[in-house]
Amino acid sequence: MNAARPAVALVAGAIFGFGLSLSGMVDPARVLGFLDIASGHWDPSLMFVLGGAVLVTVPGMMIQRGMVKPVLDRRFHLPEKTAIDAPLLFGSALFGIGWGLAGFCPGPAISALATGSLPVVLFVAAMAAGMILHDRFLSASPR
Amino acid sequence: MTAYLPSLFGGMLLGLSAVLLLLVNGRIAGISGILGNLLGARNAAAGIAFVIGLLAGPFLYAAVLGDLPAMTVTASWPAVLLAGLLVGIGTRMGSGCTSGHGILGLARFSKRSLAATATFLVAGIISATTMGVFG
Repeated sequence: MNAARPAVALVAGAIFGFGLSLSGMVDPARVLGFLDIASGHWDPSLMFVLGGAVLVTVPGMMIQRGMVKPVLDRRFHLPEKTAIDAPLLFGSALFGIGWGLAGFCPGPAISALATGSLPVVLFVAAMAAGMILHDRFLSASPR
Repeated sequence: MTAYLPSLFGGMLLGLSAVLLLLVNGRIAGISGILGNLLGARNAAAGIAFVIGLLAGPFLYAAVLGDLPAMTVTASWPAVLLAGLLVGIGTRMGSGCTSGHGILGLARFSKRSLAATATFLVAGIISATTMGVFG
């Protein structure tokens, strides 16, 4: 039981990392080709990533609603906040600006570390610093 | 044209991973949340295991398809550092990123996640397009 949850997380992480690699999300040049709509060679293919994911997660959520509890835990740990507040919108805007600047969001950046590229290491280090900075100094309710 | 199918199948794998983690472990596969928790040493074992899996993903891809996935960073290093900082602060302040809000939030029909996803998509398009024009 104690090793089961990390084992499932390892498998889920590997599937996620494989999916990021296959989908093109791990390549910042592809991501920027999608986000830069004025380049003259806009690449809409990454919309299919979100489409493919939601195609699987929507039925997955229907199954989840019919379950009393997850297989290996006493309860589902789902977000409880519902308010569309200033931190949500301001934070999402900051994230979007950073995403469009370099073409990396958190998951693909971690996966891309596998290529051993120095800019990726720099990005992940700065991202970790940003997360720590927020949680220590910018969060209204420190977690 | 050929990029559409890998993107679709890759996306479906992201969904499968998220559903697996939710139905078995009861957790949202939100990468920024998992990383933030790791930095605060919460849920360490499962979080570390998930991140190891993320790192192994490209090697599994190479084992199946013969080569590591294409990965080209075009931004300058100051832009990379600023981008990392903004992504780190922004995803924590906004309680999620492309995975938590974009993949799972939308599937849960969460208005909060829809607002977040629309915001970071629009901001990302404005940011990347501006960089493309002036960069």
